[in-house]
Order: sequence, then C-alpha cells, then structure tokens
Amino acid sequence: MKDALLEVRDLRTVFETRAGRVCAVDGVSVAVRRGECLGIVGESGSGKSVTFASVMGLVKAPGRIESGTIVFDGRDLRGLSPRQMRAVRGRDMAMTMQDALTALNPALSVGEQIAEVLEAHDETLPTRGAARRAAIRKASVEMLGLVGIPSAETRLRQYPHEFSGGMRQRIMIAIALACRPKLLIADEPTTALDVTIQAQVLELISDIRKEFGMSVALITHDLGVVAEHCDRVMVMYAGQVVEEGLTAEVIGAPKHPYTQGLLASIPRPALRGEPIHPIEGQVPDLIDLEPQCRFYSRCSQRRERCLAPIEMRAIGPAHNARCILAGEEET
Amino acid sequence: MSLSKLLERIAQLVPVLLGVSVIAFTMMALTPGDPVQIMIGDQAITAEQEAQLRHDMGLDRPMVERFFIFLGNATHFDFGESFYHKRPVADVIAERMPATIELSLVALVVALATAIPLGVLAAIKKNSIFDRIATVGSLLGVSLPGFWFGILLLMLFAVHLHLLPVSGRIGFDSEVPNVTGFLLIDTLVAGNMKAFGDAVAHLILPAITLGLPMTAILMRVTRTSMLEVLRQDYVTFADAKGLSRRRVLFRHALKNALIPTVSVAAIETGSLLGGNMIVETVYGWPGLGRLVVESIFLRNYPLVQAAVLFYAVTYVLLNFVADLLYTVLNPRVKL
Repeated sequence: MKDALLEVRDLRTVFETRAGRVCAVDGVSVAVRRGECLGIVGESGSGKSVTFASVMGLVKAPGRIESGTIVFDGRDLRGLSPRQMRAVRGRDMAMTMQDALTALNPALSVGEQIAEVLEAHDETLPTRGAARRAAIRKASVEMLGLVGIPSAETRLRQYPHEFSGGMRQRIMIAIALACRPKLLIADEPTTALDVTIQAQVLELISDIRKEFGMSVALITHDLGVVAEHCDRVMVMYAGQVVEEGLTAEVIGAPKHPYTQGLLASIPRPALRGEPIHPIEGQVPDLIDLEPQCRFYSRCSQRRERCLAPIEMRAIGPAHNARCILAGEEET
Repeated sequence: MSLSKLLERIAQLVPVLLGVSVIAFTMMALTPGDPVQIMIGDQAITAEQEAQLRHDMGLDRPMVERFFIFLGNATHFDFGESFYHKRPVADVIAERMPATIELSLVALVVALATAIPLGVLAAIKKNSIFDRIATVGSLLGVSLPGFWFGILLLMLFAVHLHLLPVSGRIGFDSEVPNVTGFLLIDTLVAGNMKAFGDAVAHLILPAITLGLPMTAILMRVTRTSMLEVLRQDYVTFADAKGLSRRRVLFRHALKNALIPTVSVAAIETGSLLGGNMIVETVYGWPGLGRLVVESIFLRNYPLVQAAVLFYAVTYVLLNFVADLLYTVLNPRVKL
C-alpha cells in the first residue's frame, strides 16, 4: 500500500498451551497509513490486541510470532534485535492500554513515569546534569498540559491513585505521546471510563493526532467510536480479518454477516422498544480450527460452500470481505 | 507521619507489654524448680541461711505481691537484680545485647542480599533449571533444623577443614577496647584489621546458620510476588515505553514485588530472636540468646522476665519499622 506507515503481512501469532496450539492471529494483513486513524473492531478474543502486541514486539511466552512480516516506517521490525526494538517502542510507536489504573505503576510518581520515557529516547536533551533534569521536567509539564492536566508542575510529584479515572487516562496518553511517536496504538482507550469522559478522551486523541500528524490504530469493540473517529475500519473475528474498508462503506453497507451482526446488536435510541439482536453463540475455540469459515456456526446465512476455506475478496476499490456472499446479489 | 499517629503507636505498646508481663511472670513462677534450691546446689547450708537467701531474693513473698513489685519497678526500667550476676538485670542484658544485635543484623543482611536476587532470578527464569534448584534449595533451607545444620557446618569448616573458628566472637589474641560493643565497629575504630578479619571469620558460620531459614522463606516470597507483578499491566506498559530491561525489572517490577518481602522480613527478623537462642548456644556466642537459655535453666526469674519484655518491645518496633518501609514502597499506604 502506498504511503503506509505500518504494513503487516500474513501475520501468525500462536500460543503454545497445555490444551494445544492457539492461533490467536491467523494470517492477518493490515496497513496503517500516515496520518490516518484505523479502527480495529471485534469481540474479546478476536485477536485485535494480540495483532498489535505482535507489532510492538510485546508478545510474551508462551506466545510467539510464527510467520509474517511487519514493516514499520520502512524497517522490517521482525529483523530487529531486542535492543533495536526497544529503541523503536516508546519513541516511534507507542501504546496506551485499556485501564490506566493498572497500566500506570502504583509505586512510582507520575513525573517519574513520564520522565523515564524521555530519558530513554529523547536525544535532543542535554546529556547530563541539572540542565538535563530541567529539560526533562519542562517537557513533562508540557506533555501534561497538552493532555489537559491542570497545574501540571505540582502534580508531577503525585502518584496515580491521587488522580481521577479520566485524569489517569490522560496521563497514560501523555506518557505514550511524550516522544511524539509516528504511530499510537490505542487499545480500548475508553472501555474503562464513564461515558462523559469517553468522549473527552477520544477528542483528545483526535486533536493530538491532527496536531502531530500521527497515525492511530484504535482498537475497540464500539462501532459508534469507529464511526465517529476512524477513517478506515478493520473487523476481526477469531484471529482473522473478516472485513475492511472505509468507515462509511463498512458501516453504511456491511458485507460480512459478522459485521452486520455487530451493527444489529447496537442499541439505538431511534429503535426504542424494539428488541436488540445479539449475535447468537460464541467465538469458536481457537485450538485446532477447521478450515471452514470461522463464523459458520453463528452465521444466519451459512451454506454448504462455507465449509471450504474462505479467502478475502475485493468488493470495492478499498473494501474487502471474507465471505462468499459478499458482492453477490442477496438471494 | 504525624506526631499523633506516633503517640498512638506508642500507646498501643502499653497493653501489649502488660499482657506480656503477666505471661512472662506467671510462666516463670509456675515452672517447676526452685531457684533457691538450684543456687544452693549440693552445698550444705542451714535452714536459716536458706530462708535468708530466699528473703534476699524476694522469693518469700506471695506470688501476686511479687508480680506487682516487678511491674512497679519495671515502669521505671528497674528489672531487679540477676540472681547469679548479683548485678542489675538491665546491665547484664545491655552487656550482651551488642553481640546479639550484631549477629542478627549480619544474618538479616546476608539473608536479604541473597534472597532478593535469587528470588528475582528464579522468577525471571521461571521453570528453568536454576528456578528448580532454587525452589528445592529453599525448601531444604526452611526444613533444616538450625541446631543440626549449625553443628554440621562446624564439623566441616571448623573441625575438619580448620578454615573458620569454632566458637566465640573473636580470638583471645585479637582483643580490642570496648567502644560500642559491636566488634565489627570496635576493631575498625582500633584500626586493627587483623582483629576485624578475625571477628568476620567468627561471624560467618553463625550468621549463615541463623540466616538460612530466613533466606529460604524470603526467596520464595520474592519469587512468588515477582511472578505476580511481572504479569501486571504496568510491566507491559513499561515494556511498551521501550525502557531498558533493567529498569523494567528493578524499578517497575521489583519495587512493587518487595512489598510482601518486607512484611515477611519484619516477622522473620522477630523470629531471629528465637533462632538466636539455638545458634548462640551451638556457636558459644556470648549474646542475649544464650544468656536467656542459661537463665531459664537456672530459674533466674528477673533476667528471663526482663528479656521476654525486651523481645516483645523489639517485635513491636520491628513491625513499626516494616510499616514505615511500606509507605516508602507503596505510596498508597499512609500511616
């Protein structure tokens, strides 16, 4: 893909467990362009977080990346040594986690947790002494100010538990963005927050993205969030991408029954009193999967042809889906 | 911490000490064996002389009266006279304290200095050969009885290999002037490096024997809590920030993992006091532990009572220190 900042091809990430091999990410290809916001949607266990943990090089044993290429900003990340990878993480690509309460270290002051990222990556700082400390402090205060923490100067000394949930989320974002990364991976940035705070945090990420010209991979299970903030969207199911395309196309005219199901299961004020339609059944066990369509057991439109392996197919110029019905006239 | 909290802590000591006094006094008084008879031994003395002795030792009064005299005197730190030393109990204990504190501190430092790195390493290399050896080793360390292990070490290193001294704190040829009572300090003050080396050599076996069970327990605690902490989101987040491995492990993980280690260390340091009695007896260490053991055999009531009170105070103080350390490690805790 042209002007892609991140390009992942045929990524397979597996976990060796006692029960067997779990293929959490199975042949996922994804690209994030410079400056865009890509939404990644799916239920828990769909592989969306593991895909991006693989990109960050954060898959821990018993998990490992089995195959695939990850090219970021022109470099093949899988060829990097752990040390080289550490230099990329936090500087060129950063991550925020679902719950800032658990992602921030309870035993370290907020100031230290911001300062250490700058300490590790920022080469523009004075090399040593009081000047370096002052520069780090100044940059930390700036970052906290940028994410909207008032009186940042005095709050650097405080610990995470002394902040409200929304403030903590902002602090985590400040830490992730401290080195002005090219890509921010925001893993469920609003799930742990009150509804009123959710909007504020998403606005903040959007604003900073535009200001920095940064790319964002927004992992969420909330299609409403995607509709509002993402240029493109990728829907994942059971370790595979099942549909991807421009947000307006995917949400306006979903082609995969799973995407359709996700949209139908959102409660809408306009349809008050109408029953909502959850997708029946559960995500299949990812151990020893059959080659068939993974959504087969839950699909309302399944047929015999779905028992063969299903490939991604192009439906439009930038719209792909992994379904035999996609692009065909409804029968 | 505020002054009022400090005062509250001190106030909490009062009921503890009162309870411990009652128990220490009654246990000793109810133990079979008559201190006067033990003191007389097989010397032939008259009934009058024996009565006089009993009166001098204050043992002719009823038990309840004796208890209140003991309690009254204890409030102004007068614990009476040791039956045997014929000197104030407080002086005798004070004289023996440095030897015990020195040994305990060295054992504590040795235990912490080995247990924490080993525990961290075992956690990082979970299920490796090293982890398995460390886990089995720590089980052994907890299970070995101190008196047996101590004698074993003595036989090997002192008796057979002649590498280390058999007993005592320092050789007779290395005496130094008494300044603090802590030989490691006194020998250095005197500038006598040979004596310092001698004191260290005397400390090695007792400190290992005393510290081994503690090392084993602390290692297991550190390993378990480190494993727990390494699974936390904030460790993943620290990794995602691209920090060095050392910083992630020691600054982010270990600082949190040490919280349970500190609380167990405080409790275990209290148990060093009990362990001292055995280790000091095995190694002829002239400390409080051995003094107490001897005093129990001799029914030296005043000394044992005072020592038990002293142990209780030490225990409470250690827990207090642990609470203070908590606030350093865990900013969520406020005293």
